[in-house]
Amino acid sequence: MRREEIFETVREILAEVLNRPVEITPETSFEKDLEVDSLRAMEILAAVEDRFDITVPINVLNEIRTVGDLVREIEKLTEGDHGHL
Amino acid sequence: MGIFDKFSKLAAQLDQVRAFFGGFNVVIEKIISPTEAIVNGQRVILAGTNNYLGLTFDKACIEAACAAIKAEGTGTTGSRMANGTYHSHVALEQELSEFFGRRATIVFTTGYAANLGVLSTLVGRDDLVLLDADCHASIYDGTRLGGVPVYRFRHNDLEDLEKKLRRLREKNPSANILIVVEGLYSMLGDRAPLAEIAHLKEKYEAYLLVDEAHSLGVLGEKGRGLAEEAGVEEKVDFIVGTFSKSLASIGGYCTSNYEELELLRYASRPYVFTASLSPANIAAARAALRIIQERPELKERLWQNAYQLYGRLKELGFELGPEPSPIVAVRFRQPEKALKTWYGLLERGVYVNMVLPPATPGGEALLRASVSAAHTPAQIAAISEAFAALA
Ligand SMILES: Cc1ncc(COP(=O)(O)O)c(C=O)c1O
Repeated sequence: MRREEIFETVREILAEVLNRPVEITPETSFEKDLEVDSLRAMEILAAVEDRFDITVPINVLNEIRTVGDLVREIEKLTEGDHGHL
Repeated sequence: MGIFDKFSKLAAQLDQVRAFFGGFNVVIEKIISPTEAIVNGQRVILAGTNNYLGLTFDKACIEAACAAIKAEGTGTTGSRMANGTYHSHVALEQELSEFFGRRATIVFTTGYAANLGVLSTLVGRDDLVLLDADCHASIYDGTRLGGVPVYRFRHNDLEDLEKKLRRLREKNPSANILIVVEGLYSMLGDRAPLAEIAHLKEKYEAYLLVDEAHSLGVLGEKGRGLAEEAGVEEKVDFIVGTFSKSLASIGGYCTSNYEELELLRYASRPYVFTASLSPANIAAARAALRIIQERPELKERLWQNAYQLYGRLKELGFELGPEPSPIVAVRFRQPEKALKTWYGLLERGVYVNMVLPPATPGGEALLRASVSAAHTPAQIAAISEAFAALA
């Protein structure tokens, strides 16, 4: 999947989970800009996993701060069959 | 920036609580029995221990511990891999293997160290771990020490577990996948749906580890835990547990039908780089393990107490964990209400554990009451009445 498509799907998911239209760029911070708390973060993660049919390891969760971080992780997990998914 | 600045938020929270109650670190000024102590100069009923069978003051356990101290001294002063493996450590390992009907058992210095030691070593970089989200901190910490990829499924959610197993298996056809769950979960006292989990484990050719810390001596006809109760011991590859609850001592273990478990002794840092259990702790655990097998009536009394307390608190309208068990969790949406109730219980002579977010699942606050076989029906009634006064 191309990065632009992933980005667009993430935007849809965020709007659904946060129940409001969102304007995002790759630099948008989940905590600072979107005010996502840990409970909402779990919901977003679950929706992302279902939509892309992936499972995100918890090891990388701490490093996902921005929308761009998330998109890159999804990109990694949806490409090819090498590495863990 | 001082080195303690990172704790400023925590310090502020503590100040808030202290302003309310003058602190909530409970010191047991005098322990009277498995179910009673003096706290703040006042006699209280202990309804927040893990002393499920009430064996901390059992005559046989005390005598065994005293005899061991006199014969073998107060400490081993060394690692299991150096001078710290005595005959009694080996004997306990053999007795645990016989009790569980398994080939190999390793005894660790605590249950925390057992999870750290097993999970950090058993799972390598090419393997995957899939945890129930509500697993104990020692399980999370073990995987972190091993630095391996960790995946999580929603607590007791079979659908989510299968979804994740399917995805992981599709992408990693030959990887070893270890599923980790608990027998009885320590916060809400609910069981894992183990028969179904064992089925999924086979379907996706994974391994299964069950932490039976709270279920040894509590579940199963012979007290071997949830794997026994659910009739799936054959399918559980590894059982981890502790001596610090039903066995009324301290220490931990891992038992398995894989003889290769023995190899972990040479590779597991939390096994090697700490001193072995003291002779008194080993002797007390061995005596308690015999009692579990000889006195099944203790388990029956424990469950009678569990049903009595759960039933009464339910009647009073408290929001409880999903099923009756020796851990009776009372749930509060507002932490302040939990704090007030906790303090009110203490004033009325009842001690329970308080668990505040973020240590709790779902961000709520819990008062975690737990019962013991040593509680009398009158004590259970007194605990219930203290709750009733605050309902
Ligand atoms: C599920 C679980 N595993 C492991 C442990 C650790 O046991 P120990 O107290 O022996 O370190 C505990 C107890 O705190 C526990 O609840």
